[in-house]
Amino acid sequence: MRYNLILAAVVAFVVLAAGSVVLPDWAMFLFAMALAKGLVCLGIVGMMRGGVVSFGQGLYYCLGAYTATLVANNFGVSDIFLLTLLSAAVCLLVGMAFGPLLSNYRGIFFAMLSLALSMVLYGSLSKMSFIGGTDGLNIAAPTFLGWAPEGRALQTALYIYVVAIVVIAGTLMRVYFDSERGLITLATRDNELRVEYLGASVRNVMTYNYVFGAVLGGIGGTIAALALGHVDPEFAFWTTSGEFVFVAILAGFLSVPSVFVAAIILELVRSFSNLYFPNTWQLALGIFLLVVIIVLPNGLGSLVKRRKGKAA
Amino acid sequence: MDLAATILVDGLIYAGWLFIVSVGLTLVFGVLNILNIAHGSLYAIGAYAAASMVGAYFALGGEAFPYGSYVAMILAAVLVALVLGPLLERGLLRFFYGRDEVLNVLVTYAVFLILEDVMKLIWGVNPYFVYEPYTLLGDVEIGPLFYVGYDFAVIAAAIIVGLAVWLTLNRTRVGKVVLAVIHDSEMSQTMGVNVQRIYLGAFMAGTFLAALGGALTAPMISVTPGLGVNVIIVAFAVVIIGGLGSVPGAAIGALMVGISRAASVHLLPEAELFIIYFVMAIVLLFRPEGLFAKTQARKI
Repeated sequence: MRYNLILAAVVAFVVLAAGSVVLPDWAMFLFAMALAKGLVCLGIVGMMRGGVVSFGQGLYYCLGAYTATLVANNFGVSDIFLLTLLSAAVCLLVGMAFGPLLSNYRGIFFAMLSLALSMVLYGSLSKMSFIGGTDGLNIAAPTFLGWAPEGRALQTALYIYVVAIVVIAGTLMRVYFDSERGLITLATRDNELRVEYLGASVRNVMTYNYVFGAVLGGIGGTIAALALGHVDPEFAFWTTSGEFVFVAILAGFLSVPSVFVAAIILELVRSFSNLYFPNTWQLALGIFLLVVIIVLPNGLGSLVKRRKGKAA
Repeated sequence: MDLAATILVDGLIYAGWLFIVSVGLTLVFGVLNILNIAHGSLYAIGAYAAASMVGAYFALGGEAFPYGSYVAMILAAVLVALVLGPLLERGLLRFFYGRDEVLNVLVTYAVFLILEDVMKLIWGVNPYFVYEPYTLLGDVEIGPLFYVGYDFAVIAAAIIVGLAVWLTLNRTRVGKVVLAVIHDSEMSQTMGVNVQRIYLGAFMAGTFLAALGGALTAPMISVTPGLGVNVIIVAFAVVIIGGLGSVPGAAIGALMVGISRAASVHLLPEAELFIIYFVMAIVLLFRPEGLFAKTQARKI
């Protein structure tokens, strides 16, 4: 089984990395952003497997982005690996602080409390004029272990970096999903009380899922900030978090690759409807979302599972 | 002392507005078990409809009796409820009853996105102004401060709305039937209750209250696109604080949020943007399901 997973990861990396050769500039940027956001959504999917959905994942997306930006601007650090590690560490700590608290909440209350936390960050950042207030901050282009590419080379390097992280994170999450704790998460979704009676700690798995989501959110935010060259408090606004939930629901909780497929689909639908229906792109997006919910209530991932189910 | 009085009056005015905006949300959740993000759009549509109706009223010679513009505002809200209520409930939401809570939130999020653009298509992107009803009631003097009379009319409207909803639910036959449906819709159906009609009625009432909130707000602001986005999250915070589905809860939630917001505006302006979420987080910390939450049995 493990060999299959490693093989799939290698194939995924090769296929995605090939994009750096064939994709035009605009598409490469779009894909890099979509994959970065996909990382955040992967964290939500991890929580969704346990039956809760965070409506405030923008908190970690924003926290990661601001950590990277503030460190880069104040300490002159431009190395992308170091920035990613630092943001992930900050989000890990914050996630570990909030995780045990949020693991007591379910359903809409989990969604709303996580949303409240991200809105507190949004409000605070908006009012902090010394770090840009609502205008946000700029962040310089990253370097890669001392190498400072420009233009297409920079875009390509950034894209390959995202692809590598996506493949590693996706593989690790798949391993986690199939681990004992990951399966307890799935059982919790079905019936929490039964899981507790069987001797497993629901709070414990919920906390783990939340902390993983926090770290993934921070990494996604860092990459998005570096790709955009700019951060602002909107990163933590509820509509940003809403988009992540949108992707997570579109993907469903069954398959990992479908999260990134869904993220790319959403970016494509949004940019093309923005292009072709500039005044009604939200309308197009809303209709698209409704159609997906009606046709595929368990998300894109259910397509794969359904086929597998038939084969077996 | 003056500061405390100012905070109290400002807080009450804001709380009145908040309550009207939120009570429909909590009602719809209580009956249909759907947390309706599109509530914000319905609010915005109410504001647009009221702006158009009041504009038309004065264009048709309403100056002779300017108080008629209040009737026009309420009629606008009724119209929105009559058109959009059945369309959304019968046309869409009824297919999602009993499904995952979060999935339903997403459905209404889609409706929210769609309505945002529909509003732009109908009313364009230019702001609408209807200041006449706002100035009509004159000023009120409280101590050294002057308030616009209309602000107090909003508080009065909130009290009337709250009493009407509470009395309907708790003191009428229809209300008893609604409570029975909330408690157990299958059993109610077996007993001969037309559950579909209750759902439709509750959703229309919720739509009316959202639109009424918008209509009452229209004279105080410039009605522009994007009006509903911020309202919906504030309304969510209020009903979550109060406990979903509880009308008294929404009132308490509105008061808590209104007064703490007024206090922050006067004492700590930096906190104004997030004080609402701060209050919500604190309440949820101690009461994980809000202040007036119903106890629910856990399924084994």
